[in-house]
Amino acid sequence: MRVTLSMIKLLNVKKTYLLGDEEVHAVDNVSLEIKAKEYISILGSSGSGKSTLMYLIGLLDQPTSGKVVLDGKDISTLSDSQLSKIRNQNVGFVFQSFNLINKFTVFENVLLPVKYAKEKLNFDPEARANELLKKFGIYERRHFFPNKISGGQQQRVAIARALMMSPKILLADEPTGNLDSKTGDDILNILERLNSDFGVTVVLVTHEKEVAKRTKRQIYIKDGKLVTKYL
Amino acid sequence: MIPYLHLGKSALADFRRNKTRSFLTALGITIGVFSVVILISLGLGLKNYIEQQFESLGANLILVFPGSGFGGQGFGQGLIGGAKFDEKDVVSLRRVQNVDFITPVFMKATAVEAGGEKESTTLMGFDYDAFALMNLELDSGDYFSKGDIEARAKKAVLGFTLSQNLFGEAEKSIGKSITIENQRYKVVGVAKKKGDRDVDNAVFLPYKTTFDSLNPDKTFFAIYLGTEDKENIEAVKKGAENALLKRYDEDDFTVSEQAELLGTFNQIFSVINMVLVAIASISLIVGGIGIMNIMYATVTERTKEVGIRRAVGATQDDILVQFLSEAVILSSLGGVLGLILAIVVVLIIRFFFPASINLFSVIVAVGISSSIGIFFGVFPARRAAKLSPIEAIRYE
Repeated sequence: MRVTLSMIKLLNVKKTYLLGDEEVHAVDNVSLEIKAKEYISILGSSGSGKSTLMYLIGLLDQPTSGKVVLDGKDISTLSDSQLSKIRNQNVGFVFQSFNLINKFTVFENVLLPVKYAKEKLNFDPEARANELLKKFGIYERRHFFPNKISGGQQQRVAIARALMMSPKILLADEPTGNLDSKTGDDILNILERLNSDFGVTVVLVTHEKEVAKRTKRQIYIKDGKLVTKYL
Repeated sequence: MIPYLHLGKSALADFRRNKTRSFLTALGITIGVFSVVILISLGLGLKNYIEQQFESLGANLILVFPGSGFGGQGFGQGLIGGAKFDEKDVVSLRRVQNVDFITPVFMKATAVEAGGEKESTTLMGFDYDAFALMNLELDSGDYFSKGDIEARAKKAVLGFTLSQNLFGEAEKSIGKSITIENQRYKVVGVAKKKGDRDVDNAVFLPYKTTFDSLNPDKTFFAIYLGTEDKENIEAVKKGAENALLKRYDEDDFTVSEQAELLGTFNQIFSVINMVLVAIASISLIVGGIGIMNIMYATVTERTKEVGIRRAVGATQDDILVQFLSEAVILSSLGGVLGLILAIVVVLIIRFFFPASINLFSVIVAVGISSSIGIFFGVFPARRAAKLSPIEAIRYE
């Protein structure tokens, strides 16, 4: 079964952490809908809960209360292995700090999601990895270790890894945060093309208005709540 | 979809990055497996050695010892306490039906001198039949005769090694004289090499000759009986017991045959060996704790890696299996290394002692080391699997 992920719906979602004795509402009563093939940004300042919201959308985290509904199905009923399978097949993550595994080469990093595919693949993983690496201009660096290449290159490796399983949705958490404006721009162009040319739903989490402006829809978050205007 | 190969690869990549640490961790298991395998091999060697010793004795041999026997509570006691056999017992046992050979056995650890050389030896006084009962064949010279026994002749037969040590060559020792506790004896024969160190270094004297000064009490350490037909062994044992019961209490003597005695020895030594192996196993447990310790450290160090793997679709079980397999690979490598070391050492020991490695010890070594990996690896691996993906990925 392959989830089509036509839509993700969050209904009154709360995520509460305990920080010492204090309850922190990282995400507070958020309802939101993301349609297939959308290019959307979540804009908020540091500590606003935007990353937590992204992890909830990406099924890496579960809400304290409320519902995350995926294709009409409440994900709280799914087991760890079912959620992991959906993440593996349908969700790609890109992080601010790239999060590549430094002991593996670029090529091995890109292949990582394949290791966790529980079903037979309908493509040749190595060929696909090479194709992605070529597409992002890092094929020549494929036997390098991540700490031996530039930040921009590392982020492109991370995008290649995220795309390895042809996900329906790509979640990018401050993908340009550790890059200079020129390389950051390149990364944003890549994300934009993935959405426009390949129909990948892209959710871009950022604190920069300029970055968010490039997406078709913006959502503002402050203190864990969705607000209508970014201040 | 290469299910487990990448786990091995990933584990090896980590070992390479932490060479010293991985080696030291595995070393704990290496030492444990090494000591367990060595002790099992030495135990087997001891068993082989005892069997060889017994095989060198003649067949259909029945042994009469003082004391309540080797079984149960009385191994050491059996040899010290109990009856002191004398010639009367020999006479009464000789009358038992189907006893075809009989010899009293007197033993004494002493020293022998000849031509300025002095060697320690086991002196054995026995009757003519002993040559047949103990399978003592001659290398050169002659046995002392039945007549020599009655005459208390000062004649001696030497063990092969002893004759070489005293006179250089077996043949040269014939006709020479030796001195034991200030008494001179003439060497009339040299026994063939038996492979039993005690026998090959012994001096054999007619038992009555020992009565003069070596054995003034005229008592014996044991009496050996032999029968021509194997079928008669049980009957002879019964007959011997009945004969001795007329004079002694049940607890004062033991009649046993060679096979029985061998079984008892084996039992005793396998218990001792098991205790030693159990003690050595403690080092395996210590090694396992070392692995657990390192695995906990590894899990903490690689928290972020766990988060990344979870994000791209690893399940809790995938993470568990990954860390568990690392622990198992680490401990198995240690185990195999310990096994190889043990094999090398056993091959060296074999020059002196019939130690041997069998399939059992190989299975034990490999089995134990991998189970230790599983047992001590499962707790750290579970910790890794239970990490919250979010916290893991944010971990710096």
